[in-house]
Amino acid sequence: MSVDINIKITDRNGVMHEVVAPTDMAMNLMEVVRSYELAEEGTIGICGGMAMCASCQCYVNSDNELPEMSDDEDAMLAEAFNVEDNSRLGCQIQMTPAMEGLEVTLAPEM
Amino acid sequence: MITTDILIIGAGPTGLFTVFEAGLLKLKCHLIDALPQPGGQCSEIYPKKPIYDIPAYPEILAGDLTHKLIEQTKQFEPGFTLGERAETIDKQDDGTFIVTTNKGTKHHAKIVAIAGGLGSFEPRKPKIDNLEKYEDNGVEYIIKEPEFYRDKKVVISGGGDSALDWAVFLSDVASEVTLIHRRNEFRGALDSVEKVQELKNLGKIRMITPAEVKGIIGTDKVTGVAVEKKGEDAFIVDTDHFIPLFGLSPKLGPIGNWGLEIEKNAIKVNNALDYQTNIPGIYAIGDVNTYPGKLKLILCGFHEATLMCQSAYQRIFPDKKYVMKYTTVGGVEGFDGTKKEAPKAVVKAIN
Repeated sequence: MSVDINIKITDRNGVMHEVVAPTDMAMNLMEVVRSYELAEEGTIGICGGMAMCASCQCYVNSDNELPEMSDDEDAMLAEAFNVEDNSRLGCQIQMTPAMEGLEVTLAPEM
Repeated sequence: MITTDILIIGAGPTGLFTVFEAGLLKLKCHLIDALPQPGGQCSEIYPKKPIYDIPAYPEILAGDLTHKLIEQTKQFEPGFTLGERAETIDKQDDGTFIVTTNKGTKHHAKIVAIAGGLGSFEPRKPKIDNLEKYEDNGVEYIIKEPEFYRDKKVVISGGGDSALDWAVFLSDVASEVTLIHRRNEFRGALDSVEKVQELKNLGKIRMITPAEVKGIIGTDKVTGVAVEKKGEDAFIVDTDHFIPLFGLSPKLGPIGNWGLEIEKNAIKVNNALDYQTNIPGIYAIGDVNTYPGKLKLILCGFHEATLMCQSAYQRIFPDKKYVMKYTTVGGVEGFDGTKKEAPKAVVKAIN
């Protein structure tokens, strides 16, 4: 049985979108943003989701429990621009029921 | 001038496989790539990552795939212009093209196939006001000739392998090396991190962390950089060169100015037919193109390359009828005189 969650994504123009994300399709946050076309194609998920480009960097505004940051993600964020304390890579955040109510803001385009 | 039948812009998997498909049609290929080696994203960004959706390979490392593709093209003797970026294109009266790189190398081709993937890889530039103004006047993103920095003051920013390795190397060349990184931790190879630590202890590398370069000082040339360090007032570090090393980022680059129809940072093509762009004779295949239903997969790039070569053949030889042959039947005849074919069955007369 599918379990959809509700998340809030503020795009790069400051517009907040309330979207429904499936948790049974192995999607990550970057793919959710792409599927709803909340960022221009070619400006997000450039490396395909391998934590190698930081084009899907976002700021996590809610206190949802998120997967621990991997060394790859940490290394990429060490090199990225516009990084804040609450920065994460969207491609490393798999959609799970625990993400219900997640609120994120997309970081500026690199 | 380099002359060829098909000039392929981009030496990633799709570009490399185009050489093979064109070779079957006796068409010669030459490839241009901004990177110093063939393989594109697969060899530059993720050579050690496994790929699982290449037919017949349950798992193959991206670097190994590139290696096998290069092997597969060898019999068709492709030419390479590497480390140069295709800059301009001029259509000739006879419908052929001259493509010139940023280093002035000219290529003359009957067909141009853009297989640029995500675009050319360019240095990622930090957001600093007027940064462009100082490029080649004290700001460099790539170190081409270390001797250029002999006895000069150098500021490197970044925290990856590249920043660490060059800081180590230049500590023996430059009069002063300062390494600035946004974090206290460095994520490069352990060896490099330890070497930098050692050189810092010896006073041969100055480290400023956690800090960022926020501005450039100097009228025409760089004379210093403005640094913001957490918990301190902004200050200036005197330097002759500022070298930001933040890796590479793909950009469509000059191809975007060639008059091609662009949609969402990709080149629009006619997928119902042959992946030709709005300019006859110029094709776009692989991740660089877009059309309804497009999937950015290496697999799809291979398919597109195959169809594109058939169309290119017809464009070059409009009066010849080419019949698609299976390699299992016709074998593969290399330009080098080699011939690969299946062993013929033994024929015996029956009395």
